[in-house]
Amino acid sequence: MPGGAERVLRRRIGSVKNTKKITRAMELIAATRVTRARQRANAARPYAEQLTSVIENLAAGGADIDHPLLRQVENPHTVAFVVCAGDRGLAGPYNSAVIRSAEREIQAHRADGGDYKIISVGRKVKDYFTFRGFEIERSFTGFTDNPTYEDARRVARVVRDLFDNGRVDQVELIYTEFVSLGTQRPVVRRFLPLESTETISEAGGGEASALAGFSFEPSPEGVLEDLLPQYVEARLFAALLEAAASEHANRQRAMKAATENAEELITKLARDMNRARQASITTEIMEIVSGAEALEEDAA
Amino acid sequence: MSFTIEFVSPESVLYSGEGTMVTARTRGGGDIAFLTGHEPFIGSLQTSEIKVTEAEGTVKRFAVRGGFVSVAGNKVTVLSDLAVPAEDIDVKSANDDLADAVSRLSTDDLDAFAMADKKWAELRIELAAS
Repeated sequence: MPGGAERVLRRRIGSVKNTKKITRAMELIAATRVTRARQRANAARPYAEQLTSVIENLAAGGADIDHPLLRQVENPHTVAFVVCAGDRGLAGPYNSAVIRSAEREIQAHRADGGDYKIISVGRKVKDYFTFRGFEIERSFTGFTDNPTYEDARRVARVVRDLFDNGRVDQVELIYTEFVSLGTQRPVVRRFLPLESTETISEAGGGEASALAGFSFEPSPEGVLEDLLPQYVEARLFAALLEAAASEHANRQRAMKAATENAEELITKLARDMNRARQASITTEIMEIVSGAEALEEDAA
Repeated sequence: MSFTIEFVSPESVLYSGEGTMVTARTRGGGDIAFLTGHEPFIGSLQTSEIKVTEAEGTVKRFAVRGGFVSVAGNKVTVLSDLAVPAEDIDVKSANDDLADAVSRLSTDDLDAFAMADKKWAELRIELAAS
């Protein structure tokens, strides 16, 4: 069928071009979202730093009390894993990298004879663990690409309740750390119990005002009691923002690769199409020439 | 005489500049005003109004739902995870929140969350009106 192959190829080129338009658009959107997510992470930093510096001052003022959030348990039996990934795919290895390191942690803990609880943030996490027959304690979806402080508060409250009621002995937070635009890596961080106030203040690195002699209202213990839950929320919020920035960066890279693949495919298909067209033209010329020659032979 | 004031929330820095006075209400303490040279202080805030008097004398008002105030050196820092400048208060949503909290209290009059929500809604309505 002359021209048939050419038509089929032309149609395929059209559809690859459409795909390319979509992946290119997604790449650009992801790029702007990375910037915004990083801005929000930067905007959240002063608050976290100030909170840490208040804890520093409290520690300097000698308020190291027996707060439930600081209570260490030896040989924790039940550990809660807060796994933060995305609601959507199309982000390269982003979701699977977090989920894989979470599963590894959980399996290692089970191998030691421990029990686990999963708190999933992001639809992909929930889908994966449900499919694999894991039990999910609580799941949150719908905000992973643009988390607000209110979202962090909701998750933190669930986690804190589990810990306060003694239903879990320890909480691990698994998310993707945004190192730079080119590098993001899944990390596992101890979330609860918190380190002692001294450790927080050493790790804080904020302006350690060596000004002793603070007065506290209502009391050092009272302030700490209000402060630690806030600190938990702020840390979770920071983790969610980093995860969101990582998700967008991964999506940007994945979509860039997809756009480039589409371009390559278009070039290859265009070449095939040209070849097919040339072949059909050659065939036609051959037919005309051989027809003409046959007529000449007749005339002779 | 002025000092540096910083008012930060997790999503943004609400205020940063020079001022002459900050008033707040601490938990268990009542109203407290800070002027330059105040002793180092850390307080836990109630759901209340924060007033910042700027160097030129204008007064900025904020509604906070809890938080902390810290005074060290010549600097006052206010931290709150939920705070709005008085001029940005959405009265309609505050009224909705109030109605919602009242209806929750009518089913359980010891619901601590509903009580806190009610107080927060009332504070915003009061600040927006004045």
